[in-house]
Amino acid sequence: MSDAAAMPAKPFQGLRTWWTMLRICLEERLVYRGDFALGTLMRFLPIVTQVFLWTAVFAATSRSDIAGYSRNDIVAYYLLTMLTRAFSSMPGLATGIARSVRDGSVKKFLIQPVDYVGFLLAARVAHKLVYYAVAAIPFALVFFLCRGYFPPPPDAVTIAAFLLSLVLSFLLGFFMEAALGMLGFWFMEVSSIVFGYMLVQYLLSGHMFPIDLLRTVPTGVAGVSLADVVHWLPFEYTAYFSSAVWLGKVQGRDLVAALAIEAGWVVVMAVACRIAWWRGTRRYSAFGG
Amino acid sequence: MTRYLAIFLTFARACLVRDMTFRANFILECVTSLGWMSMNLAFYLLVFTYTPEIGKGTGWSKEPFFAFVATGLIINSVVQAFFMPSAEELTEMVRTGGLDAVLVQPLDAQFLLSLHRVDFSSLANGCVGLGLLAWAVARMDHTPPPVAWLVYPLVVLCGIAILYGMVIMLAAATIHMGRNQSLYDFWFYLTNFSRYPAEIYAGPWGGPLRMLCTFVIPILLVVNVPARVIAQPFTGAAWGGVVAAVIAAIASLVVSRFVFLRALARYRSASS
Repeated sequence: MSDAAAMPAKPFQGLRTWWTMLRICLEERLVYRGDFALGTLMRFLPIVTQVFLWTAVFAATSRSDIAGYSRNDIVAYYLLTMLTRAFSSMPGLATGIARSVRDGSVKKFLIQPVDYVGFLLAARVAHKLVYYAVAAIPFALVFFLCRGYFPPPPDAVTIAAFLLSLVLSFLLGFFMEAALGMLGFWFMEVSSIVFGYMLVQYLLSGHMFPIDLLRTVPTGVAGVSLADVVHWLPFEYTAYFSSAVWLGKVQGRDLVAALAIEAGWVVVMAVACRIAWWRGTRRYSAFGG
Repeated sequence: MTRYLAIFLTFARACLVRDMTFRANFILECVTSLGWMSMNLAFYLLVFTYTPEIGKGTGWSKEPFFAFVATGLIINSVVQAFFMPSAEELTEMVRTGGLDAVLVQPLDAQFLLSLHRVDFSSLANGCVGLGLLAWAVARMDHTPPPVAWLVYPLVVLCGIAILYGMVIMLAAATIHMGRNQSLYDFWFYLTNFSRYPAEIYAGPWGGPLRMLCTFVIPILLVVNVPARVIAQPFTGAAWGGVVAAVIAAIASLVVSRFVFLRALARYRSASS
């Protein structure tokens, strides 16, 4: 039933649905725009403590760099991860999917000509567009005030790779969280799984510190550091990777290989999400009117 | 006073019974709370593989710094366990008119609103904090003198009192505004400044920030003063911090009480 439902009835119907969702999200967000912009600005406050912490760390050590990062690089890194997270973070997506399964509201997508995953993706794109429109001012303000920490802008190819990595990080973040939310078909409550995922994500995505710091952490296998292992996992592509690209920490062949790994994870997670939806809807029993 | 203590113990017992009714959830909350804490400790361990101390000549080398972190865990776990759960419920009570039922009780409203719910799972971090403190102190270059051990609980209580005052003032803001989600976020971001030794706030921006967070919003006294008492050599200068913490704690309690009563006087019921 859901396969047939995925096909739009008219050529422009899908576009119209997207436009309607975008408008709704715009109106919803802009009602509390002041509070929203202030909230975005406040999210930079923890970075203030990180700036002072790393300044103190560099003052106490004789090193000019730590894992290849100068003090300015570290500050720029944290600011860039804020930007990357603005693309890859999907607040409420997994828990929202699980809730719709639990309370039965997901059943409308089984009978309406709207693909659920496509609908969620469209809603998230709209949500992000509105977020960028409102958050652009606080982001621009903070980046302008901290411009001294950034190295000169990279070349056009690096900028293109950076932008591509941001788009891929959005898709990766979306499909990872959506796949997690689909577990709601098998478990009544996924909040503890989501919290566990967030823990791992926070640590291994590079949100907490640059993954390069893990190069000194051994894994027990000769010549393989924890950073090498993390490199093959999807998490670092949701925060660390884009920031490292802009700062020139990943270049040449490594950059191409990393982009390929990131794209590969997007495909894997998209397929996992789709399989979970198919299998989940087959075992699903809807309740309620 | 005895009556209030008995009522508080009744609240605590009811919350404990509720937590034990959903034991798996309680254990899960403890585990996740410990998970976040472990990640932070791992981060600090990683930082200390690159530097001998936090800030040159500050004395915050690895073991003293972990005593600092442990002190923060103890103080924050008490605040998270005893005050925050009740304060978080206040927003809904103001919006729905549930606050009316509290105000007609023959009890002090501030007591009832700030202590009626206890989250025992938050105490898990405090227990680990005590263990971490013992580990760090045993490995420090100097042994804290007996006077430091006597003063330490007092200044820990002062830190808790300062944070309690802030929670109450935010609760008062809820009554004014009806909804203050951003302000609670602000509380989280503000307390973030207390997570590190005050010495890191140096330079043209750090100096004024340190002054602001010491004398205007005394957030830097919360963990820094008790941690310094136990983790740094106990000299005459330490007494200055102790006196400042005591004054800040008293001021925080008095000002927050005043602000809370003023806010209650302006409360308009939301119920029908």
